[in-house]
Amino acid sequence: MELAYGHPKSLKPIQTKYCPGCGHGVIHRVIAEVIDELGLQGASIITNPVGCSIWADLYFDFDSVQPAHGRTPAAATGIKRVLPDHLVICYQGDGDLAAIGTAEIIHAANRGEKFTTIFVNNAIYGMTGGQMAPTTLVGQHATTAPYGRDPVEAGMGYPIRVLEMLATLGGTKYLARGSVNNAANIRKTKQYIKKAFEAQMRGEGFTMVEILSPCPTNWSMGAGESVEWLEKNMIPFYALGEVKNTLEEAAK
Amino acid sequence: MAEDIRLMKGNEAIAEAAIRAGCRAYFGYPITPQNELTAYMARHMLDRKRTFIQAESEVSAINMVYGAAAAGARSMTSSSSPGVSLKQEGISYICGADLPAVIVNVARSGPGLGGISPGQADYFQSTRGGGHGDYYHFVLAPKSVQEAADLTYEAFDLSDEWRIPAMILADGLIGQMMEGVVLPAERDLSKLPKRSWAVGNQAKQGRPINHVSSINLVPLELEASVRARFERYAKIKETLVRFEETQVEDADLVIVAYGTSARVSLGALQEARKAGLKVGLFRPITLWPFPEKRLAELAGKGKRFLAVEMSMGQMVEDVRLAVNGKAPVDFYGRCGGVIPTEDEVLAAARKILGK
Repeated sequence: MELAYGHPKSLKPIQTKYCPGCGHGVIHRVIAEVIDELGLQGASIITNPVGCSIWADLYFDFDSVQPAHGRTPAAATGIKRVLPDHLVICYQGDGDLAAIGTAEIIHAANRGEKFTTIFVNNAIYGMTGGQMAPTTLVGQHATTAPYGRDPVEAGMGYPIRVLEMLATLGGTKYLARGSVNNAANIRKTKQYIKKAFEAQMRGEGFTMVEILSPCPTNWSMGAGESVEWLEKNMIPFYALGEVKNTLEEAAK
Repeated sequence: MAEDIRLMKGNEAIAEAAIRAGCRAYFGYPITPQNELTAYMARHMLDRKRTFIQAESEVSAINMVYGAAAAGARSMTSSSSPGVSLKQEGISYICGADLPAVIVNVARSGPGLGGISPGQADYFQSTRGGGHGDYYHFVLAPKSVQEAADLTYEAFDLSDEWRIPAMILADGLIGQMMEGVVLPAERDLSKLPKRSWAVGNQAKQGRPINHVSSINLVPLELEASVRARFERYAKIKETLVRFEETQVEDADLVIVAYGTSARVSLGALQEARKAGLKVGLFRPITLWPFPEKRLAELAGKGKRFLAVEMSMGQMVEDVRLAVNGKAPVDFYGRCGGVIPTEDEVLAAARKILGK
């Protein structure tokens, strides 16, 4: 009898260090499921960001590379150019991707680098303890925005919609935004990831899936409350769905 | 077969030597005075279907090297002083992850934007591990186009063997001038050390998964890995120090100089000898590992020293450390992109010798 549902092979059977209610665990699992479905465990390489998911190499059961903060897309570029037949995943958080590594992600996307970026957006710096991120919403509190993100008087800028920004670039082929707030959205997110991975393996161009993810610890909320907060505040600003799809199959 | 000899700029000779050494991936960013190197790589790496990327910054270029090296490819980047400062973060990570790589610095004058004329003021940055943390890497200093090609070719092997990056520390003069150069043969890459630590092809190789990383939050474990690296450094210091001596044996005064300064100093030495002054030249070729033992030996024989540099005095500190108070060490330098003349060096030598 075939096992219909079980622990993915590409994810080690151990408990993660992530906080209760954190989205990384679910996102790791979904990535691992897709890799198993595509049969790519032995030909996958993940580059981990600096941030909470620096621990991803403890959990994924395939090769990994740990670059400097924000330089993840540059390192993934080097890897994918050398190993073009591998599935290369560039896993990044919002600090890594949208602050310190802004130049790297924009230019990797513009070159049409053939790896897939998984961009976990929780609107806050997690590992360093709740500082304002480029994706922090206006009015949202952070240790470095104690009175809420104030774009005008305090000059803290506005939350960045990364996918919409990257969509103008010729090298980007598939940009989609999912969320892990409920089962339906997790399933959709998995579909986006699968499309992106398949497109990568066909060598089509730059693919990226942004995933809205709760951070109860640094949002100072319970796990349940953080899901509600995400639905009420993040989804209205960061619209879910495919922001850009110019893949070959979409053109058919 | 006739020798493959060509008239080339130093920058181009470095590029061609890297290609022949089997460089599979090159990542660069425009900066004077090394632009011919990147342009040569663009043309000839793409011709050979190898990886060439003009990165968006030096920061990105060195991190592309990090990725390509982690994936097992012979990888290289090149730049000039301000650009190499930007690469220091990446070099620290490359050292921390024990990856091989070749980094070329066609140095100019600083600090800051400084000038585009040749300089040797990056000695400290190059030889002390210019980024954060406890580490060193090879630093090789060519004095000619030929040596720039030879050392670049060799840098890939040294780096592979020891899993430590190798830096070529040239300067704008070496990079820009043209000389005849005999180019090395294509490196046979089938005989390289096995890259069992690299990522990729895990299923094909049937090995456990690999993680390329510099992180370790357990202090005792991190200490052990730093110590292991320093044991390799100690072996390198025993076996791989390289220098060249000219008329040192009978010299009363030994000029210590590398790269372009050593070329000028050789001219000064020839003039000094004509005038009956017993001047010798000691030219470090490896700046790290620095030839400290040999300098200590020479100090023990009663020599005195004159360090000549295109800086306000950086290598002279290593000479003083090596000599350890056993002999006087003087310094003559020009900076800001000024190259000292033979006459100036000769005058400095005469002053010390009182002749």
